[in-house]
Amino acid sequence: MNALVNFTKIFKFHGGVHPPENKAQSTQHTIGQLPLPEKLVLPLRQHVGNIPKIKVNIGDKVLKGQLLAEAEGTVSAAIHAPTSGTVSAIEDTTIPHPSGLPDRCITITPDGKESWIDLKPQDWRKADRRALIASLRLSGIVGLGGATFPTHIKLRSDGKSGVHTLVINAAECEPYITCDDLLMRERSEQIVKGIEVAQYLLGAEKVFIGIEDNKPEAIAAMQAATANTSMQVVVVPTLYPSGDARRLVYLVLGQEIPYDKRSTEVGLQVFNVATVLALYRYFEFGEPSLNRVVSMTGNVNTPQNFEVLFGTPLMHLVNGAGGAKLGTTHYIMGGPMMGFDLPDENVPITKAANCIIAASPNLFAPLPPAMPCIRCARCADACPVNLQPQDLYWFAKSDNFEKARDYKLFDCIECGACSSGCPSNIPLVQYYRYAKSEIIAADRAKEAANIARERNDFRLARIEREKLERAAKHAERAQAAKSELAPASETPANATPEANNHADSGDAQKAAKQAAIAAAIERAKAAKAAAAVSGEVPKNVVETTPTVKAEIAEIEARRASVGLTEKPAADEDKQAKIAAAIARAKAAKAAAEAAKKQE
Amino acid sequence: MLTALYIMLGLALALGIALGYAALKFKVEGDPLIARIDAILPQTQCGQCGYPGCKPYATAIANGEADINQCPPGGDAGVRALADLMGMEYKPLNAENGVEKPKAVAFIDEDVCIGCTLCIQACPVDAILGAAKHMHTIIASECTGCELCVAPCPVDCITMEPIAETPDNWKWRYPTIPIKPVMTS
Repeated sequence: MNALVNFTKIFKFHGGVHPPENKAQSTQHTIGQLPLPEKLVLPLRQHVGNIPKIKVNIGDKVLKGQLLAEAEGTVSAAIHAPTSGTVSAIEDTTIPHPSGLPDRCITITPDGKESWIDLKPQDWRKADRRALIASLRLSGIVGLGGATFPTHIKLRSDGKSGVHTLVINAAECEPYITCDDLLMRERSEQIVKGIEVAQYLLGAEKVFIGIEDNKPEAIAAMQAATANTSMQVVVVPTLYPSGDARRLVYLVLGQEIPYDKRSTEVGLQVFNVATVLALYRYFEFGEPSLNRVVSMTGNVNTPQNFEVLFGTPLMHLVNGAGGAKLGTTHYIMGGPMMGFDLPDENVPITKAANCIIAASPNLFAPLPPAMPCIRCARCADACPVNLQPQDLYWFAKSDNFEKARDYKLFDCIECGACSSGCPSNIPLVQYYRYAKSEIIAADRAKEAANIARERNDFRLARIEREKLERAAKHAERAQAAKSELAPASETPANATPEANNHADSGDAQKAAKQAAIAAAIERAKAAKAAAAVSGEVPKNVVETTPTVKAEIAEIEARRASVGLTEKPAADEDKQAKIAAAIARAKAAKAAAEAAKKQE
Repeated sequence: MLTALYIMLGLALALGIALGYAALKFKVEGDPLIARIDAILPQTQCGQCGYPGCKPYATAIANGEADINQCPPGGDAGVRALADLMGMEYKPLNAENGVEKPKAVAFIDEDVCIGCTLCIQACPVDAILGAAKHMHTIIASECTGCELCVAPCPVDCITMEPIAETPDNWKWRYPTIPIKPVMTS
């Protein structure tokens, strides 16, 4: 242990707890490989951000590493086929999510051949940074520490990140989880190459690798691998949650990232060891993100770490670890502090799954009923973010969300240090999660309401505008008509010298109009009288010319010869047709109604 | 005696000028109370309150013409927020205006739609896309679920679909202790 003497100063953060580590169980064996499962189920929702867009169809043959779904929008990650085979289904199935709700998944039935696509390694030392980062969008690599934030977003695409220090997160502070430990023990050379890639892409000058002091083998391996580099392995004391990015940065650099800023804004970036390893494999071999190391531990016969293809069914992994022991009640994804209970045993392993714990009442005794808060402030002593958990609890419990937000609820990292020390066994984090999701939902509703208000205002303004436009058009037309009429109506007005004022000219117009109407009525009457005199001649034929009359007679003769002149018969035919149409419509309506009732 | 009078008069004059200036200088455009009430209302624009939209209802509340419990989409929480803002007693939703329903969006059965544009004219937020004699469709993300398009449809092809719970909009539940039946032998 003397070799691990730490020369760097460590800056201890506030609070933190030291739960039983339970890491020894799963570090007895090296990283194991699993046989190919019968099917691989790949949820589209495996990362933070937008759901990727499916690029395959059911029945398609896919090769190992082939793109199944491409990143959609800025924050999104691609998904690839973890092995060669056939796309056998694209459907909603249960995903590993605390909600236990189904979501869209692509199912692949492996053909067992493991035939790869054409891999295109890239010489990252010579290539343009921007092109490299752009190509990362196709890699499907996300933060493998558990946050699953798409990695290409963390490296700014303009190649100018402004990051001077890269911190590699290898603390792995949560109990039971050992996947990063084993990776460092066995693949430290590749990890260091991965760190070089990340360092180059970010343009970072300094690199620190933060490892908790409960992993001496990993520390030794990393120190040996970084011996000829400028990277520095920093051993941090074992204290949960030192693996939180902001806590680790403080431990290593003594620098606190302001609560309202991202780490990149102060020139820092944090990557998980497994993520940099994935970066290395992508650039060196062209392999997209297809698998990860998962700790399978807890109530299983042989707890061990496995390199697991994404989409592997949970039970396949459990069986790989010798099967679950008697008394296993459910499975936890993630650690015991921050993880969540998996909804059932059929869920697949995803990019976020760093650890699966088979839970039994012996390992995780059910929490005794919560007692009232006694305001002992033990939670405040344990909080690594310097919040006041007892106040937040109070506000969350009473639905006083605005107050909870004021007390920086959203800075809570949900580490569970507060609940683990609570003498009243209050599930504090559950209250914070409840309050957070209520606030997020309310904010979304507010945003939707604002958009609706804007759209409604716009619609009302548009209707008003159209009305005005119509009115203007009418006025214009009226004006035009008036100016056309003007000469006619002006003549009598001008003829009489005293008709210069408007009221008189109006009267004159009225009189002219009335006279015109009277004349029209006279004309109609005369026409009627003429019609009465001539007898059976139809009205519309009164003024027809002889040639037209001759034509009509000819047509009538032709119609008579074909037998079309029997008007009553034709009318009857028409009536019958109408009746039939009505009957048809009624029948159709009745049928539609009957169908509706059956539904 | 006279000095005191002059001082008081002078003060009244000076303050009057100051207030008059302030009234002109810091004049608030529009009624801020209406805007604040409008901010609480859900902007469904459904007209269930008896007014042609959320803003007219907000105006009516501000003028004391309408009660605060006439907005079913705003629900109980909305009434409470309005009571809080107006300094009034909380009262349950007026059943005459309707009942609080889970949020829904309109859905057009595109096979049945005849393209009459009646629903487009009814939509208060322009969330229906289509043209005369062409199929119409709802822009689901913009739909407020006001149901105003349902009645005008001559072929009844519009239905209201409740918004399903997905991992995206799922919320953590309030922590409760599950009650388990205890078997007594």
